[in-house]
Amino acid sequence: MSTAGHVSHRVASSSAQPAPWLAAGTLCWRELVRFVRQPNRVAAAIGQPALFWILFGAGFGPTFAMPGAEGLTYREFFFPGTLVLVVLFTSIFTSISLIEDRREGFLQGVLVAPVPRWALVTGKVAGGALLALLQALVLVPAGWMFGLRLDAATVASLALMLLLLSVALTAMGFAFAWRLDSSQGFHAVMSLLLFPLWMLSGAFFAAQSGPLAWFQRVNPLSYGVAGVRRLLTTGMPEGSLPPGLPSSVTCWLVTGAFAAIMMVVAVRLARRATRGDLL
Amino acid sequence: MTDPGAIEIQGVSHRYGPRLALADLSLTVAIGERFALVGPNGSGKSTLFRLLSTLVPPQSGTIKVLGHDVARETPVVRLQIGVVFQTGSLDRQLSVRENLQHQGRLYGLRGATLAARIDEELERFALGDRAGDRAATLSGGLRRRVELAKALLHRPRLLLLDEPSTGLDPAVRAELWERLDELARADGVTVVLTSHLLDEAARADRVAVLDAGRLVALDAPDALRRTIGGDSVTIETDDPQTLAHELSARLAVDARVIDGRVRFELPDAHQAIARIVEALPGRVRAITVAQPTLEDVFIARTGHRYDGIGGASEAA
Repeated sequence: MSTAGHVSHRVASSSAQPAPWLAAGTLCWRELVRFVRQPNRVAAAIGQPALFWILFGAGFGPTFAMPGAEGLTYREFFFPGTLVLVVLFTSIFTSISLIEDRREGFLQGVLVAPVPRWALVTGKVAGGALLALLQALVLVPAGWMFGLRLDAATVASLALMLLLLSVALTAMGFAFAWRLDSSQGFHAVMSLLLFPLWMLSGAFFAAQSGPLAWFQRVNPLSYGVAGVRRLLTTGMPEGSLPPGLPSSVTCWLVTGAFAAIMMVVAVRLARRATRGDLL
Repeated sequence: MTDPGAIEIQGVSHRYGPRLALADLSLTVAIGERFALVGPNGSGKSTLFRLLSTLVPPQSGTIKVLGHDVARETPVVRLQIGVVFQTGSLDRQLSVRENLQHQGRLYGLRGATLAARIDEELERFALGDRAGDRAATLSGGLRRRVELAKALLHRPRLLLLDEPSTGLDPAVRAELWERLDELARADGVTVVLTSHLLDEAARADRVAVLDAGRLVALDAPDALRRTIGGDSVTIETDDPQTLAHELSARLAVDARVIDGRVRFELPDAHQAIARIVEALPGRVRAITVAQPTLEDVFIARTGHRYDGIGGASEAA
């Protein structure tokens, strides 16, 4: 004989059904809300690159000379790299917040919810990437200082390029941060990997030959910086660009692939249980 | 056809490297039960909690939750369980309501349904006036209530709690148990919790006592206590080993030295006390007679005392 009456009452009333995109959306929303509530993050992510730009621009400006692009000042040369640095810093903050989510216990609640791991990665990366994009765009008007004039179509393309870069860097940060349970560990990743990746992307200086130039060519971030550089000089005379810059098409393809590959890597890693789950 | 149990564990073993955390464990929890998994640290109860909550997949054996295999039907299981973690899982930057909104969306709830559920849970846990407060500003007891509200938002049929009373003062702890009782009684939710406190576990309908990854006792607390033959007698003395041997022979009991004291069980011990003290002139510093507790059951089954750290002291 069945004792079904015993079981039925709560199930019938439960309207909960997994909705991965809703889950990703709420994780993204949470990133934005938390960001607004920690104003020091805004200051750090925009303030430091802006300061770099002003100080390096002032310091290197007098001695800077780009062969083949004599009209270019250092402040102009360094501007695309500054935007990418804002993106990099914001993605680093997102990665550190993942480690905090794990340490504070918040993440375990998400891990036992009926949310596929791709939705978890998508939500977290989307939140971080949107923040990175918005902060980088906030800095674009500073380009007016050296006569940067962009039409709406160029701004849209620039936003898309920065978004791809944001997704790539945030997903890469996620992949590194997933297995860590302390933010100290991430600092090593940041100083030994992420920061050098940016330094050698043609953002800070453009190596023309030797091992640095070779590294610059295999560094996927170089193509993002070059893409941003090309978009920012839309409509400017020849000689505004350093020589040997990859073509627009190459920039878009490499940066798009960079973002896609990093997302796949992050999702694959997130599917595995980590040591942190066992602690 | 009969209903599946709330939890059916069949031959589950779990290793962390060379260390065996669970050794061939099998047990069943019925629907609507309040069930306690109890044991010292390192007994395997936390591992079992992680397996039940789907945080970690089983290495061997099968676990079914409400008839669904946790390894093969993980999403179905996740939808039917509510989990309260020991360390808490609230976002401290978000308000109470925002935490609940976030949780609801993870479980596919939205719009008016979600809002109604949140109001319902806020009312049930008397949290209405704190709904707008950041989680970081709440006291430990209030935070635990929000954790409960969060875990119940999607109306799970099984509520899993890891060490729910850790860090709570006695009054808040009592209130927590009232709520768990009500959940089980009024809503038919199966409540499974872990605890390292034996007296707390005694409030459950049934208790599973774990030690070093093995199930050492499984029954209702009263039934377990009845397995102890009579009252529990503890004697403080200068030479426990000798006294234990002597008493074992004279009274035909199984006297053991636990933690420097002689312990044994004796029916109607209160009547025998005077005789025991008289028969051992000057050798009894103190003698205690008590109703058997779950700790006595633990000692009787494992041969070592329950110290919350796990099998340190050996039986005599």
